[in-house]
This record gives sequence, C-alpha cells and structure tokens, in this order.
Amino acid sequence: MISKALGWIRAHVLLAVTVLILLFLIAPNVIMLVFSFNEPPNKYNFVWNKFSTNAWQHPCASSDMCSSIKLSVTIAIIATIGATALGTMVAFAMTRHRFKARSAINVLLFLPMAAPEVTMGMTLVTFFYNTIGSGALGFWTIVIAHIMFSLSYVVVTVKARLAGMDPTLEKAAADLYATPTQTFRRVTLPLVMPGILAAALLSFALSIDDYIITVLTAGNEVTFPMYVYASFQHSVPAQIDVIGSTMLLITLAGIAFAQVPQIIKTRRA
Amino acid sequence: MTAATAQLDAGASPAVGESRRKRNPLPYILLAPGVLWLVLFFLIPIFTAVSASVQTGSLDEGFTLTWRWANYSDTFSTYNSEIAHSLFYSVACTVLCLLLGYPLAYFIAFRGGRWKNLLMALVIAPAFTSFLIRTIAWETILADHGPVTRFLMDVKVTDLMAHLGLLTNNHQLLNSPFAVIFGMVYNFLPFTVLPLYTSLEKIDPRLHEAGADLYCSGFKTWRHVTWPLSLPGVIAGTLLTFIPAVGDYINAYMLGSPNTMVIGQVIENEALRSESGYPTASAMGVVLTVGTLLIVLFYVKRAGTEDLL
Amino acid sequence: MSTFDAVGDLRVEGLTKRFGSFTAVDDLDLTVPQGSFFALLGASGCGKTTTLRMVSGLEDPTRGRIFIGDTDVTSTKPYKRPVNTVFQNYALFPHLDIHENVAFGLRRRGVKEVRKQVGDMLALVELGHLAKRKPSQLSGGQQQRVAVARALINQPQVLLLDEPLGALDLKLRRQMQIELKRIQTEVGLTFVHVTHDQEEAMTMADTIAVMNAGRIEQMGSPENLYENPATTFVANFLGQSNLVAGTVAGKDGDTLTVEAHGHRIALPAARCRVETGAAIVGVRPEKVHLAAAGAEIPAGRNVFEGGVVTDASFIGVSTQYLVKMPWGEELAVFEQNSGQEIHRPGSAVSLHWEPGQTFGLDGRQDIEAGADIDDEAAS
Repeated sequence: MISKALGWIRAHVLLAVTVLILLFLIAPNVIMLVFSFNEPPNKYNFVWNKFSTNAWQHPCASSDMCSSIKLSVTIAIIATIGATALGTMVAFAMTRHRFKARSAINVLLFLPMAAPEVTMGMTLVTFFYNTIGSGALGFWTIVIAHIMFSLSYVVVTVKARLAGMDPTLEKAAADLYATPTQTFRRVTLPLVMPGILAAALLSFALSIDDYIITVLTAGNEVTFPMYVYASFQHSVPAQIDVIGSTMLLITLAGIAFAQVPQIIKTRRA
Repeated sequence: MTAATAQLDAGASPAVGESRRKRNPLPYILLAPGVLWLVLFFLIPIFTAVSASVQTGSLDEGFTLTWRWANYSDTFSTYNSEIAHSLFYSVACTVLCLLLGYPLAYFIAFRGGRWKNLLMALVIAPAFTSFLIRTIAWETILADHGPVTRFLMDVKVTDLMAHLGLLTNNHQLLNSPFAVIFGMVYNFLPFTVLPLYTSLEKIDPRLHEAGADLYCSGFKTWRHVTWPLSLPGVIAGTLLTFIPAVGDYINAYMLGSPNTMVIGQVIENEALRSESGYPTASAMGVVLTVGTLLIVLFYVKRAGTEDLL
Repeated sequence: MSTFDAVGDLRVEGLTKRFGSFTAVDDLDLTVPQGSFFALLGASGCGKTTTLRMVSGLEDPTRGRIFIGDTDVTSTKPYKRPVNTVFQNYALFPHLDIHENVAFGLRRRGVKEVRKQVGDMLALVELGHLAKRKPSQLSGGQQQRVAVARALINQPQVLLLDEPLGALDLKLRRQMQIELKRIQTEVGLTFVHVTHDQEEAMTMADTIAVMNAGRIEQMGSPENLYENPATTFVANFLGQSNLVAGTVAGKDGDTLTVEAHGHRIALPAARCRVETGAAIVGVRPEKVHLAAAGAEIPAGRNVFEGGVVTDASFIGVSTQYLVKMPWGEELAVFEQNSGQEIHRPGSAVSLHWEPGQTFGLDGRQDIEAGADIDDEAAS
C-alpha cells in the first residue's frame, strides 16, 4: 500500500513541482487582477477592503500617472522600431553570411543581455555627461538606451527563426527565376516575419517595463515604472493594479491572437 | 558540403567562363548600424565611466579628472556591507532559481507534449506585465500578519528562518532578506528557465531509452545522460541570472529594509541624489562591468561563442 | 534576358570544381542531347550533385564552361538560366499553397494569366484537387509531384532532378520512376537525373554517365554500360561482376585469349580494352552456368574448373551461388530456377559461359573498385 503511494508520488512529483512553480509565477498576476477591483483601505492597496470598480472607471485619477504611461508607450514604440530594424539586419548578417569578426560580435551582442542593468545605465550616463552634457538627458537619451539593450534580444529572436528556415528554399526561388530582391520579398521575408514580430513584441515589453536604465538616463522625464517606484513610498493606488492588469490582458490577448491562425490551419486540414 | 567561396587556382590563368567571387560587402552593411550602436552606447560608455570614476568635484563646481584612484578603495570600504548583501542575495537567488527552474524546464521539455509552447508562454507571459507592480503584489501575499505569514508562524518555520538571519523584522516575512531573495527568485526565474528549456528541448528523447537499455534507472539516466547534455543550458541560465541579479535593487528597495541595501541602490543614490557621488557611482559601475566581462570571457574561453546567442 | 532563349544540347567543357584542396568535379566533358533522359550515376561524394548545381547556376565552377546550344551560360545567374531543378528535399515554399508554388516561376517571369497553365500542369501530375492546400498537408509522394510540376511548368531547356525519389518508399519510387519517364517522353524536354540508385538510372535513362571521384568513368546506354563496362568501377558498381586477373596470351583474328590461373579464356577483341599485357576478364553472374565437376560441358565455352560451392541462396526467381575457386577468389553465379538441379554447398563444380558474353578490362586497375559501395549507406 505504502509502496504504491510512494510510487504514485514519485511518478507525479515532477508534475506537482511544476504546478507549484507555475502557481508561484502566476500568483502575483492574480493578486494584481483581483486587487484592481479593490477599494484600498488607505493609501496602500495591500489589504483587501471591499469590491469596487472605481479604479477601472477612473484609471487616470492621478494625471501624473497617465502622462507617464503616455510617455512610456511613446518611447516604447520608437525604441521598438529602432531595435527591430537594427537587430533584424544584424540577425541576417549573422545567419546568412560568413565574416571575420563573428566571434567578437557574438560576445558584443551577448554582453548587454548578461550585464547588470545598473552598470549599463551608469556607464551610459557618464557617456552622456561627457558628450552632450547632463542637461540634455531626457526623451531621446531614454530611447537611445532602450534601443541599446533591446538590440541583442531582437537578434536572438530573429536569428532563431531564420536558422530554422530551410536554406534550399531561397535556392529554389533563384532556380525559378526570382532575382535576389524578389527572393527576399516573396520567400525570405514572409517566412521570417513571425520572428520579426515576436522580436518587436519582446522589444516593446522590455522598453515599457524598464526602470533601472531609464531612471539613470531620464533626466527630468518620468516614465510609468519611474512613477510607480517613486510613489511607492507614499502611496500605491488601485489604479496601479488596473494598469498592470491591462498590460497583462493585452499580452495574453496577443499570445492568443497569434495562436489563432495555427488553430484554424489544423482545423481545416 | 558547405559552399565555400570558389578559390582561384594558384597560377591558373583567368580564362573566359572562370568565375570570380567579389568580397561581398553585404554582411558588413547589415551589421554596421546595430554594431555601431552597441559600440557607441555600450562599449565606449565603459571607458568614459572609467574616466569618470577617477574624477572629483561636485554638481555645482563640475567634475575634473584628478586620477583619484582612491575612489575605488573608498567605495569598497564604505559600502562593503552592501556589496556583501548583493553577492549573497544573487548567489542565493541563482541557486534557488536553478533548483526550481530545472525541474520546470525538464517537465515542459519532456512531458509537455503539445502543450510545450503554451506552458513556456505561461512561464514568460507574467514577465510581460510590469515587474514593479508584480513585485508590489508580493506585499499583499506576504503581508505582515497576513494569512501566509501567520501560517508560517504557526508551524514555527519563521523561527527557523529568523535563526538563519533571513528574517529581521520581528519574524515578519516582509522587509527582510528572505523577502528580497524571494522577490529576486520570482523575477529571475524566467531568465533561468528559458536557456535551460532551450538546451533540454534539443536532447533526443531516444537517448533516455538508450540509457534505460543500458541499465540506468530514472535517476541514473538523468545523472549520466540528461544532466551532462543540459550543461550548456545550465551555464547560460546561471550567467543570465547571476550577473543581472548582482546589480538588481528593485526587490531590495520594495521588499527589503534599510538593512538589506545593495550596491544597485548605492549607485542610484550616488548618481542621482548626491552632490558629489557621481565618481563613486561610476567606480562601482566600473567594478561591476569588469566583473561581468571577466565572467563572460571566462565562459567564452571554455565554451566558445556560438552557443551564446 | 537573351540567355532565356538559349536552345539546344547541354554541353559542359572542362568543368572543374574545387573546394580548397578537395576536387569535387575534375575536368568534366559531357554532351547531353536535347530531349534525352540522361542519368548521372554514382555513389555519394562522387561529384554528381555538384555538377548538377553548376549547371543550374547555384554553384560557380572553378574552371570550365557550360553551354546550352551555342550560348555560354557559365556566368549567368540561376534566375536567368532556362534551367529548373527538382530538389532532393523538394524545397516547396511552406507559406504558399500548391497553386502558388507551381505558379512561382511563371509569376517571376512576368506571366499574368497563370491559371490555365497551372491547372494543366497539376492535371499532368494528378494533383488538381489539392491546389489550395499547403505543402505541409501533402504526403511525401504528393510533394514530390508538386516539385516536379513547379519546375516543369516553366518548360526549361534542361530539367535537373537531384535524387528526387530518395525519400519515397520502394513502391512509390517505382511508380514515380515510370511516371517521370512518361512525362519526359510526353513533353520532350531534356532531363538530367542525378542518383546513386543504379536500377533507377537504368530504368529511366536513355544515357547513363557513371561518375567516380569527380570524373566520368563511362557513358552510354544502360545496355552498353551493363554488358560492356569499360572499367572495374563500372563493372562492380553497376550490378555485380566476376572479375579475374590474368594476362593476354594471344590474338587470333577477332578473338583474344587471356590466360588466367591456368585457364584459357576467349573473348571478342572488340570487347577487350587492352591488347597486350595484364588484363582482367569479367563476366556477369547471370551469364554463368554451373556444371557438376566432371560433367560434360558444351564445346566452345569458357570454363573455370575446380570450384566448390560455398553458398546457395534460393531467391525465388533464381538461385544465387557463391563458388570458391582454387586461387581463393569467390565468384558469383545466378542460375534461373527453371527446373535444373540445385548444387548444394560443398559440391565440386565447374563454371562455364559463352565467350561472347565476356568483357576485358585493363589489368592495371583496382579489381575491387566500386565493389564495396553500399547503396543504402550512400543515401
């Protein structure tokens, strides 16, 4: 009897651990969703008080918060375009061509992913101080920083997609009278596009959520994470949870939306 | 057979019909913008930071290059406890992330079946919402006198943790080293899981069958077959967790107390809120950067660069 | 775009391809008559695929020239050559449906109205009902036919097939071999088929070129190559051969005599590649008969005496014998099962055959060349 129970436990221990860890990962998101419907008892939305949709109805009760969101989104869009463009080109070069500096560039691309954010921000600030002066810190220095640290992630994502592509396809296109430009437009690009989109999404998420590098290079600007961090000491309104929940729901919708074509394809076949 | 560029026969005369391959400039054109961006905004700043770290002055008077290398020793002596905290928390965080992340990655890679992608999305999706807000959510879960805290107090676990120095705030879970490490593990787990999963996913499951055929029990198969093959992923995951964790301070700020201060906070304070802290902050930044470079180069020396990206 | 109008035989002159110090294709000279079905046959690594890629333009030659008719296409880009390829892994575009895959070449050349042509081509390969499907939804055999259709629809001067049947199971492969041959006869285009499967080559091709280490060993019709191989490689690679080393003893009119291990073997002088010195006599196993030692042998036949049967395998259609000869060599004999006695292992036998079925090769060659190349391993 006991050995049977032990056997069951052994077989399922991996499953149990996995479930627990997944719950661990999801728990804060659940709390965030739930507490967005809370009416905080005081200035901190930490304890459940009573149900209220007030925060959802008045998301911009604090105008500072909403202007910081607007700034974060604007920065994220521009940084995404920049990082995706630059990173995709690099990914193509790395996957499709041979060149001498390959190893060095591999390391150069890896470092921003591995380095602590605080050092990248700090060194960048000293660079700006010495070139454009501390007064010029602001919107564009944030964008520059965001493109800098997103670049490597874009390269990794696009590279993965590109490497998985059958190399004979481009040869087949050339065999069928497609010039290099036509081959790129009609064969390569459509097949890599999912990777590029995923990279753009990743870049957007990294930008909109960044605190450490941003706060060091922001000058007087205030992005959303900066707002949350700064106001943390004296208040945590439910609106914060509303914004977080919205971001989560948009992400989940995006993931679900990306799966739809796949599901339709398998249904039809 | 990989297509190498056609090489002209040494001494052969270029007859009609013999092909000549130009040095293809395309890869360099593609690489240039991105690489230049990183050189300009990642590499060069490291050098300016070194220069900044040996300056003195203040925001009012301006900073001048005085080659004050003593900035480094001052920094280390003044902030040695913060440095110790950073190291301790990030080591603990990395180890825990590995202990939790490995089974998770293993399960998804080998038992995930057609749910693989969905499960990995679940692991990563939370990371797409503001991590500041999610960290704040732990304030609720681990709240003082909240259900979780009270439960752990009842089973005396909190006494044990306090004994180990993990709890400093009157046996409350929050505002303690425990909470900081806990938050770090939460935030960095996906960083560990992703490379681990990538590495495990590449392992041919028939190798497990081969192991079983050759007298390995479940555990032995893991020990002798899976674990060695997953090592690149383990190392990559460790690198991508430990190094960023050393510089992280959000968790220390939100879930910790003045006693859990880490060097990230020091750098931010010195850089943004101190009159003359700019050289100090730069010095710490340089130390962290050099440390990072050394670790990465050591890894590259052992394992080469192709697996990095 | 004048190279598109190139018409005529496919001709390569002195075609060479080197990768560093390795020579993949060594000074190849070849003419493929327009409208013929030509096979490049050889084991993996012999250079046949490299040659194909150079003809298609996907690989640049180190030296040499390629002509279609009188037009030199050596330095023409692949998308400007009137040449199309059926790739080994099909290389169908996964993001396009079958219709668009087949129409791809037409569209790139600016053809606006593709529907009729695509429809006709899909009908030719019997896939009209799958036009809207994606490649991943098709079976291997169907994908293969789409690949053929996609190439064929452009009516190229030369259609190149790079081991296209390798991934198919045996039955399907046989079917497709007949299909492709039928299509080729119908459309009258030049087909160049690269394969390591000698049965496939012999079934489909009008002309076969056997390649080995970047060179052509022999080129000719399947019958010619099989019945009258020019080198030990061809003799061993194409089917099986019994090769015995000897020396030319004399010539009498049209007949050559070779002395081998104490036996005198006669063969027509026209079927021997040397007139004096070391020679290797060869005869195909199915041409050889066994007689019990001491039994009467019809006059005028070549005889090897003193053999002992070491193996007798009943295959159904035939019995395949291995006979150990006094000089240590094991010779193969295939006897059709038309009622004669089976010689059991251990029996003493003599081998005899028609002198006219013998072929003679230069004795300085490696007698084992081409013998141990495994078809399965080569794929």
